Amino acid sequence: MDAWSRLADTFLNWGYIAEVLPTMFSYGLLNTIVLALASGLIGTFLGIVLALMGISRNPVARWVARIYTDIFRGLPAVLVILVIGLGFGPLLNELTGIRSPYPLGIAALSLMAAAYIGEIFRSGIQSVDKGQLEASRALGFGYGPSMRMIVVPQGIRRVLPALMNQFIALIKESSLVFTLGLMSRERELFQIGQDFAANNGNQSPLVAAAIFYLALTIPLTHLVNYIDNRLRTGKEQKHEPDEAAAVIGKGAHA
Amino acid sequence: MSQFTSGSLTGKNLHLAFGSNKVLRGIDIHVEKGTAASVIGPSGSGKSTLLRVMNRLIEPDQGDILLDGRSVLKDNPDELRRRIGMVFQQFNLFPHKSVGENVAFALRKLRKLPKDQAWAEALDQLDKVGLKHKAGVRPATLSGGQQQRVAIARALAMKPEVMFFDEATSALDPELVKGVLALMSDLASDGMTMVVVTHEMGFSRNVSNQVVFMDGGVVVENGSPDQLFTEPKTERLQKFLSDVL
Ligand SMILES: Nc1ncnc2c1ncn2[C@@H]1O[C@H](COP(=O)(O)OP(=O)(O)O)[C@@H](O)[C@H]1O
Ligand SMILES: [Mg+2]
Repeated sequence: MDAWSRLADTFLNWGYIAEVLPTMFSYGLLNTIVLALASGLIGTFLGIVLALMGISRNPVARWVARIYTDIFRGLPAVLVILVIGLGFGPLLNELTGIRSPYPLGIAALSLMAAAYIGEIFRSGIQSVDKGQLEASRALGFGYGPSMRMIVVPQGIRRVLPALMNQFIALIKESSLVFTLGLMSRERELFQIGQDFAANNGNQSPLVAAAIFYLALTIPLTHLVNYIDNRLRTGKEQKHEPDEAAAVIGKGAHA
Repeated sequence: MSQFTSGSLTGKNLHLAFGSNKVLRGIDIHVEKGTAASVIGPSGSGKSTLLRVMNRLIEPDQGDILLDGRSVLKDNPDELRRRIGMVFQQFNLFPHKSVGENVAFALRKLRKLPKDQAWAEALDQLDKVGLKHKAGVRPATLSGGQQQRVAIARALAMKPEVMFFDEATSALDPELVKGVLALMSDLASDGMTMVVVTHEMGFSRNVSNQVVFMDGGVVVENGSPDQLFTEPKTERLQKFLSDVL
């Protein structure tokens, strides 16, 4: 066999790919989505709390948010997952009987995502023009209601693309829960690919996993670009007749 | 007859420092009910800060503020600001809300009007500034002059007793200034108590009843437009007028 066909067999053996697909479809894909979605939602919630602490007038709150963010952004994901998953696993098992590594895996992913999402929200909120807060307060709203109803919604809107990127990162990082040891049905895309690859001495199942990841992440990347453009240019407004007339009028004057 | 339940406004010996920068150094100002005072002076003299101190967006370090003769320093500052409308140089409309919602929002949340009544009142206010037909669009689709008129409608909808204008026409293209000034003149002749920080000497001279010249955080001259524009007493005002006129 020449080198080319050996490589083709290693990465694109259709027999092995066909073999692994049903497992990936029946639960691998779902498990990956559950991990990413759950940690995305929890991370977003915690991230908002961190962002609000980060811009709070209370210096203690700001410090706590700062330290938390520095720690969780500064550590390798695999280390956090192992420390939390293995470290708290026995305790969780004793207290609740749960053996699945999912709750702690999700917790670890959420805690890390929160640090990034918190920074995204904070920068978004702080990028809102100071005049917005001032105008709201001048109308008679207090500081808290002004932030809640006027400033924060604008800040969040403007960071939706960055938030989406964070979710894409979670889809990829969810593969790291394999380090906690997954039982058969707990396996997600990567672990399934990895098991089939090891059993068959062939990398094609991992290529299949890669295709699943790309099928999730590429459309999301493009959705991000779409939202980004949309936010930048504003959605197309229907021009009212008199505006159109004004434009025509301008043309006539020019 | 005044269309507004406006009140007089008094600032007494107002002091404010940002750190070591003493921006207001004992300002006394009195604006009679239903009259317009224009505040003029070089950039950095503390005009904007004076407005923000008088509606307590910034708390004064010292001095007193009276609305209709009564000190308001012990009142809830949020409630005080509902009684004083403010219009900014940069409009500061809420870009994520429609033009109508910009006006209706505070009516629902602060004046606690039911939704449809707040909307009806917002349309009414927008009608007065000639922009009722824009209620459904986002502010960004309007010209600067239109945005500023919406900002005025938003402030007036709260039924304020006093209106503040902080260089309301400075950010506008020259051809749009007139419309906004005309609206402000109408308000003045309808009896709104107004404090107008402005570089528009025409407005200051012809519309306002009183002119306050500030420089370096103090009121240097204060009097009728005729007094200040035809017989400026101080060298500082003479120099300022010769620079701007
Ligand atoms: N929020 C602020 N913090 C610190 N310094 C300020 C602030 N606002 C204004 N100042 C300072 O106060 C002085 C007067 O500013 P301002 O009231 O805006 O003057 P004007 O409106 O007459 O141009 C300036 O020196 C300015 O730098
Ligand atoms: Mg100013």
